Amino acid sequence: MTGHVVSPRLYLWIFAALLVLTAVTTGAARFDLGPLGVVVALLIAAAKASLVVLFFMHVRYSRPLVWIAAGAALVWLGIMVGLTLTDYYSRPWSPAPRGW
Amino acid sequence: MSETGAALAHHFDDLEQQHDAATLGMWVFLATEVMFFGGLFTGYTVYRWQYPRDFAEASRHLDTTVGALNTAVLLASSLTMALAVHAAQTSRRRALVGFLAATILLGSVFLGVKAYEYHDKYAHHLVPGLDFTYEPGAAREFQIFFLFYFFMTGMHALHMVIGIGLLGVISYLAWRGRFGAEYYNPVEVTGLYWHFVDIIWIFLFPLLYLIGAHL
Repeated sequence: MTGHVVSPRLYLWIFAALLVLTAVTTGAARFDLGPLGVVVALLIAAAKASLVVLFFMHVRYSRPLVWIAAGAALVWLGIMVGLTLTDYYSRPWSPAPRGW
Repeated sequence: MSETGAALAHHFDDLEQQHDAATLGMWVFLATEVMFFGGLFTGYTVYRWQYPRDFAEASRHLDTTVGALNTAVLLASSLTMALAVHAAQTSRRRALVGFLAATILLGSVFLGVKAYEYHDKYAHHLVPGLDFTYEPGAAREFQIFFLFYFFMTGMHALHMVIGIGLLGVISYLAWRGRFGAEYYNPVEVTGLYWHFVDIIWIFLFPLLYLIGAHL
């Protein structure tokens, strides 16, 4: 026997939670939350993704090496998105070069 | 040793190590997939930041209800995939084949709905590069939104097609009795891939379908 065996009952609960969160995010999108709208949508999506990663993908029961591999993906994603956005955010700070 | 001899490759010390190596290898691959889709999400973020209003308006052309129901179908396929891994871990061959078939079926339903949605966009002249007609009041930036829509959901659908192909092979091997409690790494690793594709959709659904629902 290798690997952790998760009970099917827990899988069903996770699935139910995922369906509820899908309904919540669909319902919340009907309200105008302003700039918070995208934050709420992404938080709910992150919660759903966490449930899938931790339970369906067994990371909760996996060794630290798996946590590091999964975490490294998030860190690099953060670098890519973060540095790209700081670039676009700060571009208006200096006038665009002209005459060439 | 005799019962595990067939399942254990000679370069591993034991089944536990073999299982850990397979899982870790798949996670490293999935990290590269996060980078791949991450580029698309980054581009989406940059353009949505520049044209927030147009993205929200263009998003209203997508059917929220169809998107939500298709999300449920994909989540259900992840459930049957998780149950397939459980069936493999507990050496239940018939249940394993059944859950794998259910996963293939649900994945195919998702792709069928996706094809219906693509056709609907084509009928409404909303496919950039192929047939895009501006409706009255539509901004030029609508095309950028639909480019992201087709590229992101298209890449996701391509991953689903690959996943269904993998599941077909795994189902055949499972039917032949290749997997059991001591060796089910291919089932587990294919499951990791399937759940990853599910996660991509978990982010695509609110970012593409829901951003104009409040308008």
